[in-house]
Amino acid sequence: MPRLILTRLLALVPTLLLVLALSFALMRLAPGGPFDQERPLDPAAMARLRGVYALDAPLWRQFLDYVGALATGDFGPSLSWRNFTVAELFRQGLPVSATLGACALGIGLPVGAAAGLFAAARADSAGDWLISAIANLGVMVPSFVLAPLLQLVFGLWLKWLPVGGSGDLRHYLLPVAVLAAPQVAAVARLTRRATAEALQAPSQVTALAFGLPERVRLGRAFRAALLPLLSYTGPAAASVMTGSIVVETLFGLPGVGRYFVQGALDRDYTVSLAAVLLAASAVVVLNLAVDIAYLFADPRVRG
Amino acid sequence: MTLARSLGLALLTLVAAFSLLGPLATGREFGRVYPDYVRAAPSLTSHPTQAEARAALDRIAGRMRAKVREIAFEGDGAHVRLEADKPIDRRALVYFERSDAFGPARLLQSAPDGRSLEIVAPLKPLWLPLGADVNGRDLVERLMLAGRISLLVGALGSAVALGVGVAYGGIAGYAGGKTDFAMMRVVDALYALPFIFFVILLTAFFGRQFVLIFIAIGAVEWLDMARIARGQTLSLKSREFVLAARSLGVTPGTILRRHIAPNIAGVVLAYLAVLAPRVILVESFLSFLGLGVREPLTSVGVLVADGARHLQDAPWLLIAPAVLLMTLLYGLALAGEGAADLRRGS
Repeated sequence: MPRLILTRLLALVPTLLLVLALSFALMRLAPGGPFDQERPLDPAAMARLRGVYALDAPLWRQFLDYVGALATGDFGPSLSWRNFTVAELFRQGLPVSATLGACALGIGLPVGAAAGLFAAARADSAGDWLISAIANLGVMVPSFVLAPLLQLVFGLWLKWLPVGGSGDLRHYLLPVAVLAAPQVAAVARLTRRATAEALQAPSQVTALAFGLPERVRLGRAFRAALLPLLSYTGPAAASVMTGSIVVETLFGLPGVGRYFVQGALDRDYTVSLAAVLLAASAVVVLNLAVDIAYLFADPRVRG
Repeated sequence: MTLARSLGLALLTLVAAFSLLGPLATGREFGRVYPDYVRAAPSLTSHPTQAEARAALDRIAGRMRAKVREIAFEGDGAHVRLEADKPIDRRALVYFERSDAFGPARLLQSAPDGRSLEIVAPLKPLWLPLGADVNGRDLVERLMLAGRISLLVGALGSAVALGVGVAYGGIAGYAGGKTDFAMMRVVDALYALPFIFFVILLTAFFGRQFVLIFIAIGAVEWLDMARIARGQTLSLKSREFVLAARSLGVTPGTILRRHIAPNIAGVVLAYLAVLAPRVILVESFLSFLGLGVREPLTSVGVLVADGARHLQDAPWLLIAPAVLLMTLLYGLALAGEGAADLRRGS
């Protein structure tokens, strides 16, 4: 088993390199550069700037240098946030984004699973219908709609919670709710579908005939939902923990979500590539973690 | 045809009728700005209200260098007496016509020294059911435009994603072996790219022209389609009719077009039900960030962003576009119920 995990981990390196190469090429081939301003810079000054940041070497050379520096843990200086290194920016922002994401997931998984289980247990009842309708809506409502709506209702009309900014726990309730809502909805839908299907299985009929209590039967059926939930959790965690531009902008939180957008807009090569690398590694590593968890959870996969 | 599907189709029809036929029904001049009704609240009655008419009168009088002395509202007009220290220039009465609240004013009587005028100005009724935005534009009209953009994006963006995805996936699946492996690893790598980064750079390549934004969105959303098309092609390419075509010397390109494409059409088209709402969401997200459609055109994302900025004084600017977007997305999702399972290949 450790051998398998190690080889899988090593196999991630070429994938990440490919991602890095693709985004490097995209970034560099896109029109515009990090030092473009409304009034063009003096060509000599521009040439000097590009020289300082070593942007005048051939592209392949720059790419190799960049990867080489990455290998030593050096992400380089930011090109648009002057006087900051990329590592500093992410060291400040990542804890905020990751905590928000982890809280959202920590709420989303149990609440969603409970709602889905309830709906499956009372399939085709009014409760089931209501939960399914809300969940269908929840997976679709985008965060940029949900966030201002929640601000309006809980911040301005009811005046229960602050509309934005960081501070005590109350400041984080709305952002976490916005991040958690689609998770709750998706998890509820997954759980309901898988559990309801498992409740139809012959083994369940037998259990019913033996007079097992509903709690036990539901518990057994819920196991069928665990595997799809596991494969959902990997990518979901990857996306929710690497920051959300919408939530961070609307609630004024200093996370890393904005680097994905602002970095690409400013052609801040180093910040963008670090953001891409962060997101891509989160995806591949968490997917690998899910695959490994599968090995433990499902004997059929072990073969 | 389940209940959910019919409900979804009904919602879709509603949105389509509203945004496509709505502009014909209102018959108003597109993009008209009503400076007198900036941030007017939604209402069931038409503007101007008496308070608005008074405010408009004060503004007009100010421009005429005069003061409003008496106002009486009778029927659908305002009976006004204006006074000033110097004789009032009667040509300045055109200010009534130019305002949003009044029609052309009629002079009833004027004092001999010309310093006091008595006039009747008819009210110009205008119904703004959902109010007006921060620039004084009719919100209903903005929503109709946004709805049309969303529908257009849904159609164009999905078409691009479908075209690219089916071509790429079909070729990868049909070629097989190393070509297939290499092509699909590229898809994997693109999957791992944060999509917002990808879209921003693509819009940089394509420029921020209206149609090109849709193409950029389609160019991001083709990955799922490529996987589906590849899977379907893989299962088709060893079937007898493909083998027969190959043995007859038909070129791979023709086989893909004539034999494979028609056979995967069903699955691919069903997946459109998942793709279209996603494309619509991406566009409104981009526009929300200010990277999408530009003025004077608008999009649901632009309207939501506007609303979010004016939560405190004009919440309807947020609620109305949010309702439109959710109706459209919910309608699409309900109408395409079950299509989501296709991705899993069941």
